[in-house]
Amino acid sequence: MRTTSHRRVSAAGWRRPASLLLVAGLGLAAASCGSGDEEKPTAQGSAAADAPVTITVGCQPPKSNPKERAGWDEDVAAFQKLHPNITVQSKDAFPCINPDTFQAKLAGGTQEDVFYVYYTDVQKIIKSKQAADISEYVGSVKALNDIRPDVQSVFKDGDKTYGLPRNNYNMGLVYNRKLFTQAGLNPDSPPKTWAEVQEAAKKIAAIGPGHTGFGEYSAGNTGGWHFAASLYARGGSMVSDDGKSSAFNSAEGKAVLENLKQMRWNDNSMGSKQLLQWEDLMRMMGSGKLGMMIGAPDVVQSVNNDFQGKFEDYGVTAVPESEGKASLSGGDGYMFNPKATPEKIKAGLLWLEFHELTPGKGQFNYERAKAQGRPVGLPIPDLYGDSAPGKEITALRKEFATVPVDHFTPYVTPQSSITNKLEPPKAQELYAVLDVAMSAVLTRKDADIDKLLSDAASKADKILAKNT
Amino acid sequence: MAILSKPPVRRSPHPGAAHPFEKNGAARRAVGRNLTAYGFLCGALICFAFFSWYPMIREIILSFQENNFVDPAKWVDFDNFRTVIEDPAFRSAWLNTAAFSGLALVVGYAVPFVLAVVLNELRHAVAYLRFVVYLPVMLPPAVAVLLFKWFYDPGSGLFNQILDVFGIPPLAWLDSTSTALISLVLVSTWMNLGTGTLIYLAALQSIPGDLYESAELDGAGLFRRVWHVTIPQTKLILLVMLLLQVVATMQVFIEPYLLTGGGPENATVTVAYLMYQYAFNFGDFGGGGALGLMLMVVLMVFSAIYLRVSRDNEGGR
Repeated sequence: MRTTSHRRVSAAGWRRPASLLLVAGLGLAAASCGSGDEEKPTAQGSAAADAPVTITVGCQPPKSNPKERAGWDEDVAAFQKLHPNITVQSKDAFPCINPDTFQAKLAGGTQEDVFYVYYTDVQKIIKSKQAADISEYVGSVKALNDIRPDVQSVFKDGDKTYGLPRNNYNMGLVYNRKLFTQAGLNPDSPPKTWAEVQEAAKKIAAIGPGHTGFGEYSAGNTGGWHFAASLYARGGSMVSDDGKSSAFNSAEGKAVLENLKQMRWNDNSMGSKQLLQWEDLMRMMGSGKLGMMIGAPDVVQSVNNDFQGKFEDYGVTAVPESEGKASLSGGDGYMFNPKATPEKIKAGLLWLEFHELTPGKGQFNYERAKAQGRPVGLPIPDLYGDSAPGKEITALRKEFATVPVDHFTPYVTPQSSITNKLEPPKAQELYAVLDVAMSAVLTRKDADIDKLLSDAASKADKILAKNT
Repeated sequence: MAILSKPPVRRSPHPGAAHPFEKNGAARRAVGRNLTAYGFLCGALICFAFFSWYPMIREIILSFQENNFVDPAKWVDFDNFRTVIEDPAFRSAWLNTAAFSGLALVVGYAVPFVLAVVLNELRHAVAYLRFVVYLPVMLPPAVAVLLFKWFYDPGSGLFNQILDVFGIPPLAWLDSTSTALISLVLVSTWMNLGTGTLIYLAALQSIPGDLYESAELDGAGLFRRVWHVTIPQTKLILLVMLLLQVVATMQVFIEPYLLTGGGPENATVTVAYLMYQYAFNFGDFGGGGALGLMLMVVLMVFSAIYLRVSRDNEGGR
């Protein structure tokens, strides 16, 4: 009885404060929903051109990377000396963008004025209207006359521009030169066809236990990403020209999966551990037990910097059979906070042109990089192709090279005949769907490739049909 | 006795309408008496309001909106729900979550209870063994999960090496659709074993010893003592733990996120993992919110049963 009466009193006593809290909670929620309107960009076109302006810029190298950070800080000081009215507030983070916090930063108003972004996310951000349209101001950036049109197009939607590139590359084949030598292969003549990849992978796997000839992703959406890379290299497409339906259920798509099935189950050259994600292959490559993987020269950089590999042990070549065809492009760049004022956008563009796009300065200050003992000589970023600034950057790279430039020649030479191809619309959703096919082929010997592709295509069609 | 048990009550001359001075005075006294308690309560309420209730309300609102966090949010009725329900991974996610919870009940529920019974029967090294059993709880979950990633390695992993010692062929563990989910259940069980065991042990130690003595005098062996004394005496805590286990395991995220990325072939995609995919990989917070709300409704049913059971437990004392 005591318990029952106590319960009744408690319930009555709590009802009022609970209702108050609910109302307060709803009030808070409503307030937060409405807060988005308060910081709309104001028309400040009349402000003086040299009025003081402060911009926050993302992707300052972290404190754990003191050499690059010192270079960045030095560049900020030099830029502010050139433009005394502009203050650059650098924001560091590693990695530079984290999909988990991107939306939260935007919602919480802490997104930088000039924020860093991977190519994969650019179109999604544009479609979600989460970046400012900078078409009106971007004409002042002289470098745009020379930047490759395909690179510029990454940040465009129709004739509108939403950002500027910082890095650009396309997918190749990363290989361990040391293992090639050990397996009796010539590291200066890497595989040009998938048949050659299969043969090389078998020889590397035969070196001994723990050695994997060819590694491939199949989880966390990375499998779908590499499926797209292999598909493009074979001349296939992920989506139809109008982007409204899938196009990967094709002879090229089938060839991608059949090639993997052959290496995994018949040649036994892909190791038994699957469901690999980005870090797994980096670790395997760094440990010196993985022979080959699809990747760009930035893989070698990551393996050297973060996974205990050594630059001199690795080489990069073009994706097999991609000559005359296409290769999936990748890279990163900067976009602008949709709440940034015109003054901030103009100041941000000046900073980006100074730091990311000028040969011999900022990221292209190879003389300083060499003096600091940082690696120089990787054939990326490739922002300018064969234009005058591109040639200037290549010459500077050669002059101050600290890594064996020849190891990247098989990747650089065929570039002129390879077309960079962008990621498909709704990339992450499609990659998630294709993870299923990739993981099936790599974990199940009896995987039915035709059925996997047709299932994936019907799922992808539904995804693409929505809001396309 | 009557006078002692029922002290005289001072009644108001006007029932139903207390004198204002009297009413204020009583209220003031009541507030004064409980001021410290209210102070402590405020702190807790503020914390709950900001870190639990507000996010929950916000999540419910988000599930009915299209929101890019820049422009004013657009109300879209049940569109987000339709989108996620039509997703082919939706069905797999719910089936996998239910299977994970079911398997976690079979494995993760029974093992700590059996361990607690064994620990309770032991006479030596109990404190040491209790510490050993609780040790995995002290490891950060991400570390524990990554440890199992190595254990499950089909090539050089610990588990396959142990199987090899006994001449059993290696298993694909995480790489097979038939073993991936149960492999995740084993990780989850190992990580949470200590807490469950300690709770059961505390319940077992509260059982009066004379019940066991009587059972022993009646000739009951260990199994019959457990069946006729231990289980009836701990049935309420067993039921409460069962419900808590269901609520916890239905929110499984870290194991598929770190170990399998939802694969192979969506065999380990759970509702919480799909929610993460929507919100953070696809940038669709509305879809993520809709999934979260559906999961919340299901969990509320179990929570309501839990509250009911624990209230009855209180009443039964």
